[in-house]
Amino acid sequence: MPSNAAPNTKPVLTVKNLAVEFPVHKSVVHAVRGVSFTLSRGETLCLVGESGSGKSVTARAILQLVASPGRITAGEILLDTGSGELDIVKLGALGRGIREVRGRRIAMIFQEPMSSLSPVHTIGHQIVETILLHEKISKEEARKRAAALLDRVRIPNPEAALDRYSFEFSGGMRQRAMIAMALSCNPEILIADEPTTALDVTTQAEILSLLRELQRDRGMAVLFITHDMGVVAQIADRVMVMFKGEMVEQADVFDLFERPQQPYTKALLGSVLKLETPAPRPPRPAEESPIAEISDLSLHFPLNVGMLGKPAAYLKAIDGVSLTINKGETVGVVGESGSGKTTLGRTLLRIYTPTGGQVNYWRGDGVEVDIARLSKREMKSLYSEVRMVFQDPHSSLNPRMTVYQIISEPLRTNTAMSEREMRDRVAELLMRVGLPADGGERYPHAFSGGQRQRISIARAIALRPRLIIADEPTSALDVSLRHQVLDLMRGLQDEYGLSYLFISHDISVIRYFCDRVAVMKNGKIVEIGDVQQICERPEHPYTQTLIRAVPRPDPRLRLSAPA
Amino acid sequence: MLLYILKRIAGMIPAMVAISILAFTVIQLPPGDYVSTYAAQIAQAGETVDSAMLNSLRERYGLGENVVVQYFKWIGGIVTRGDFGDSFEWNQPVTELIWGRMGMTALISVLTLILMWAFSLPIGIYSAVRQYSITDYVATAFAFLAMATPNFLLAIVLLYASTMWFGVSVGGLFSPAFENAPLSLAKVWDFITHAWIPIFVLGTAGTASLIRVMRANLLDELHKPYVEAARSKGMPEGRLILTYPVRVALNPFISTVGWVLPALISGELVVSTVLNLPTAGPLLLQALKSQDMYLAGAFILLSGGLVLIGTLVSDILLAISDPRIRLS
Amino acid sequence: MSAPTEATDIEAGLLDQQLIAGRLQAAGQWTLFWHKFKKHKLAVLSLVIVGLIYFVALFAEFLAPQDPAKFDPRFTYVPPQAIGWFVDDGAGGSRFQPHVTGFDIKVDAKSFRRIFTPKPSEIIPIGLFVKGQSYKMWGLFDADIHLIGPLEKNKPFFLAGGDRLGRDLLSRTIHGTRISMSIGLVGVSLSLIIGMILGGISGYRGGLVDRVIQRVIEFIRSVPTIPLWLGLAAAMPKDWPPLQVYFSILVILSLIGWTEIARVVRGRFLSLRSEDFVIAARLDGVSEFRLIMRHMMPSLYSHIIAAVTLAIPHMILAETALSFLGLGLQPPIVSWGVLLQDTQNLRAITQAPWLFVPGICVVVAVLSLNFLGDGVRDAADPYAK
Repeated sequence: MPSNAAPNTKPVLTVKNLAVEFPVHKSVVHAVRGVSFTLSRGETLCLVGESGSGKSVTARAILQLVASPGRITAGEILLDTGSGELDIVKLGALGRGIREVRGRRIAMIFQEPMSSLSPVHTIGHQIVETILLHEKISKEEARKRAAALLDRVRIPNPEAALDRYSFEFSGGMRQRAMIAMALSCNPEILIADEPTTALDVTTQAEILSLLRELQRDRGMAVLFITHDMGVVAQIADRVMVMFKGEMVEQADVFDLFERPQQPYTKALLGSVLKLETPAPRPPRPAEESPIAEISDLSLHFPLNVGMLGKPAAYLKAIDGVSLTINKGETVGVVGESGSGKTTLGRTLLRIYTPTGGQVNYWRGDGVEVDIARLSKREMKSLYSEVRMVFQDPHSSLNPRMTVYQIISEPLRTNTAMSEREMRDRVAELLMRVGLPADGGERYPHAFSGGQRQRISIARAIALRPRLIIADEPTSALDVSLRHQVLDLMRGLQDEYGLSYLFISHDISVIRYFCDRVAVMKNGKIVEIGDVQQICERPEHPYTQTLIRAVPRPDPRLRLSAPA
Repeated sequence: MLLYILKRIAGMIPAMVAISILAFTVIQLPPGDYVSTYAAQIAQAGETVDSAMLNSLRERYGLGENVVVQYFKWIGGIVTRGDFGDSFEWNQPVTELIWGRMGMTALISVLTLILMWAFSLPIGIYSAVRQYSITDYVATAFAFLAMATPNFLLAIVLLYASTMWFGVSVGGLFSPAFENAPLSLAKVWDFITHAWIPIFVLGTAGTASLIRVMRANLLDELHKPYVEAARSKGMPEGRLILTYPVRVALNPFISTVGWVLPALISGELVVSTVLNLPTAGPLLLQALKSQDMYLAGAFILLSGGLVLIGTLVSDILLAISDPRIRLS
Repeated sequence: MSAPTEATDIEAGLLDQQLIAGRLQAAGQWTLFWHKFKKHKLAVLSLVIVGLIYFVALFAEFLAPQDPAKFDPRFTYVPPQAIGWFVDDGAGGSRFQPHVTGFDIKVDAKSFRRIFTPKPSEIIPIGLFVKGQSYKMWGLFDADIHLIGPLEKNKPFFLAGGDRLGRDLLSRTIHGTRISMSIGLVGVSLSLIIGMILGGISGYRGGLVDRVIQRVIEFIRSVPTIPLWLGLAAAMPKDWPPLQVYFSILVILSLIGWTEIARVVRGRFLSLRSEDFVIAARLDGVSEFRLIMRHMMPSLYSHIIAAVTLAIPHMILAETALSFLGLGLQPPIVSWGVLLQDTQNLRAITQAPWLFVPGICVVVAVLSLNFLGDGVRDAADPYAK
C-alpha cells in the first residue's frame, strides 16, 4: 500500500554497511558486503534476489541469528527504541540485550512452517511461552491472548487449536500459527523470510493478504525476503535487489518495475516478464492427430494396510482423468500439491500401474497400444519413444556416473551402437543442449542446476523420442534460467516433432510454454482448454481462484486486500 | 493411548512365542534326550535305574513323540503350572533355582540402566552443545575407549586393582553376614556397597554408547529451523536448548532401551561370572557347560521376556513423550 | 516448489562443496570419498593400525619368535625381559649388541612360586631374521626364519613374559591375532552375505517380504545375544575337532551379526528405490540386473564398507567373551579370548599381570576398527550436504 507508507517518518531500523562472512576451508565467503538500508514504520521493504544473493543472511543478521561459523564483521544495525538508538551488532548473539529485541521488538517468520514449529509442543504452549518471556502477566491471561491471536490470524476454533500440535495442521494453518506467535508481543518490525515459498499459490495469496491486513492494523514495519518478483509486486512499498551479497538497487516498487536502473535488475525483470506472455508458436493444424489418449484413468492407493493386507480406505491419487495429447502439441497439467499431477505423469510411464481406465498410445510404427495394460516387457519397448524429464536436476542424475555414462545409458540398452558411435552421439547431444561437447567425462557435481537440467534433457532426447513427460522441469531453477530451459525444449520440439506433457504448479511457465492446459485438483481434471482461455477467462471456480491467486509481477495489478 | 498400549502388548505375543521356540530349540540341540542323559548319569553313579520313574519322565516331557508335541508339553507346563522342567544337575525343579537369581539379574540390569541414563544424558547434551570443546573430546575419548573394552576385562582389572592396591576383594553382592539375612536397611546398604562394582563395570560401555547416541541425536536437532524460530522469540539459550532440541532428541534416546537392555543382560551374564555374583549368570553358565538344558532354556526364555517388558515400558514412555506417536 | 535460500545453502556447506567441485570436477566417487575421509585424522591413523594388525595376523609364524605351543615348566610365569642394547666388550668399553639377560630361578618353598631374578652376567644376544624353530608358513611350506629372536636357538626369550606353562605370551598373542582377527573378518563376510541378500530383498522388493524380514531382524536384535550364543555353543558336541569348533563359532556369531548389515542395506535400497536417478535408469529401459548392479550398488559400497568395519569389532568382542567363558574356541587354538581365560584366576594375574597383554590387543584392535568405521561412515556419502 504505497499510499499508507509514511516516507517522512524517522526510520525504525537503519542498517549501515553490513558485512557478514563465512569462513570456509581456508578462505572466506562474503555472504553480505556493505549493505545499507532503512525501514520505516508501516512500510514493507522487500529484499529480493536469487539463491546465493545474501538476502536471508541479511535478514538473520538483524536478529543476530547468523549461524556459526558465519559472523557479522562490519556495519551497524540501528534500532530506534523510542528513547534512543540501539546498535544490534554491538549486542552480540547472546545475552539479555539481544533477547529483549528478539520477539519483543523484532519478530521473524520462516520459510518452512512445518519445521519452524516444535513437533512435540502444542501451538498454545509455544505462543504462551513467547508472551511470558517478554511480559509479566499470568498464564491464563497469556493463554487468552494466544487464543485471541489465533482468532486474529483466522484459525478456526482457536481455543481448541491451542492444544493441538503443528503436525495436525495444514501448511497454511501452520504458517498462520507462526504469524500469531511472531505477533504475540506486538513487535515493531516483522521479518518474513520467504514465508510463502513452501506454500501453494492459493494459500500464498491468503497469507499475503493476512500479512498486509495485520500490517495495516498495527502499523508494523515489514522486511519481506523473497525470490519471487510477483510477490514483490504484490506487497512491497520499496524494494532492494541483491546479488552475490551486495545491494544492486533500491527503489520504490513502481520505479523499480517501471524504470529499473541497473543491468542486473533489468535482466531479472526481463526474465520474469518474458514468462508473462506466451512464447510465439506456430498455430495448431486444423486436423489434430492424437499421440496419446487418456480415458477415465484412475489410480487408487490403499491406505492403512494391516499385516493381513486389508486396506481401510483408498487414496484416490488419480480419479477418472481423461486427456488427449496430440502430435507436436504441448499439453500442460497445472495443480497444487496433492492434486495428482505428478502421479499422473508417472502413471503414463507405468512407474505406477493404474487401477482403472486406459491410455491409448499410437506408436511410431502406427500400432495402437493401451499403456495401462502393457506387460513389463512390452512397456520397455516404449521407453525409447516416451521419455521423462524430472523436477530436481540434483537427484535425477546419478552422482556416481559420469555425464557420458548417464546420457549413453538409454543408447546402450535400446540401440546396437558401438562405444565410439555413442561417444559421438553424446558429444553431439551435449552441444545441442548448449553444453561443451567434452563435458561427458565430468561428473554431475561439476555442473550447476541449470546445466544439470540440460544434461537431463539430453538424456531424454538421446533416443529421438516422440513424447516427453516433463515433471516441473523448471521449478528447482532460478527464474533467470527458466525461460532458457523452456526455449531449449521448444527448439527441440520443432526439431524432433515432439509432444510434451508438461506438469507444473506455475501458471506463468505453463502460459509461456503450453498449447492447452488441464487444471487438476484432488486427482480430477476440473477444467481443460486452450492456455489463453484458461488463463484469461477461466470457467471453473477453482481455476478462477487459482489464476487470481497468482501474484503478477506488476505492482499496478496489485490485488485489493479482501475484507 | 490405552489402545496403543493394548496394541503393543498384542504385538509382543508373537515375539514371546518366537523366543519360546528359540529357547526350546536350544534345549533340543544337544544330542540325546534328557531322560537318557539322566539315566546314564544315575547308572554312572552306580545306582539302580528305576524304569518306572524314567517312563513317567518320558511321559511328562513327551519324549519319543514328535517335536511339536514336546514343545507344547514344555510350554504348556510353563504357562499353566509355571513348570520349567527339572534341572538334572541340581535334581530340583528349575523354578526353585531360577526366580531368586533372575530377580537379582533384573534388579542389577534395571539399576544399571537407570544410572546409565542419569550419566549419559547430561554428558551427551553437554558434548553436543559444546561440540569440539575439551569436554567433548574427553567424553568422546572416554566413550570410544569404554566401547572397546570388553566388560569382563574391566571387571578383572578392577578385581586386580582392588586386590593389589587395597587388599580387598570386591566380588559378590552381599557380605557373608548378610547373605541370608532378612531384608533390612543395613542389608540394603550392604548391597549398595557391593553392587556399585558390577553396575560400574556393566554400565561403562553402555553409558559410552548412550553418550554417543544422545550427542548425535542432539547435533541433528540443534540446527533445525524450530530452534532458530525459538531463538528468534528471545529465549535464553540454556532454557531454549533444554525445552526444544533436547526434548525432541530425547525420543530416539528413549527407544534405545530396545537394544541396551539385551546388551545389559548379556553383559551381566559375563560380569557376574567374573565377579561371582548370586545372579542368573553363573548358574546359566554352569548349566550350559554341563548341558543342563531345561535350566538353560528357562534362562533364555526369561531373559527374552525381560527384554520384551523393558521394550514395552520404553514404548509407553515414548508415546507419553512424543505426541507424533501418541496421536497417529 | 522448493526455492533455494542462500542462508541454508551456506549453512549446509554447499559452498564448501562448490569449492571442492572446482578442483575435483572429473573426480569419481572414490576420489571424493578419500578427500573427505582424509579429514578424519584419527580414522586415517586407525587405518594404519588396522593394516598393521592384519599384517601381523597374516605373517604370524614369521613374526612370532617362538612356537606358541612350546612349553617349558621352568619358565612358569616368567616376567618380560627387557632388551639391552650394549654389552661390555671386556676392555672397559662397550659394543652394540642387542640382547636380553637370563634368569636365576628359585622356587619359594612355601608358595611353590618361582622367583625370577635377572642375571646380568648371562647375556643372550638377539637379532633380526634369526633362525629359530621351524614352522610351516600358512601350512604350506617349511621355514625357520623369525623376525626377531635369540641368535642361539632355544635360549629363553620372553618379551611379553610367560604363561602358566612357560609358553611365550608374545608368540601366543601374535598367533591369537590371526585367529581373533580372522574370526572378525570371516564372520563378517558370512554376515555380509546373509545381510546383503536379506536386506537387499527386503529393501528392493518391499511389501510383505520386507515386513516379515523386518520382524525377524527386530526379533533377533531383542534377544540377549550372549545367552543365545552360549546356548548354541553349548549344544556343540564336546568332541568336535578344533577347526570344526572354529567354524561353528563363526556361523553362530554371523547368524546373529547380519542384522545390522541387513538394516543398512535395506535402508539404502529403500531410499534408492525412489531416487529419481534410479527411476530414470528404469525408464532408460535397463534390465533389473543392470539397474541393481550399475545404478544402485555403487551408492551402496561405501555404506557397506562402513557397516562391515563397524561389525568386525562386535565379532571380535563376542568371540573374546565366548572364549573367555570357556564356551567358544578351545585350546589348543589360541585366540585373544582363549588367552584371556588365564586372567580368570586372580592369583595368576597378581603374580603375572602381563597376562593382560592380549586384553590390550583387543582394546587397540576394537578401538581402531571403530574409529576407522566412523571415518568411513562419515565419508560414505560424499555427495550429501
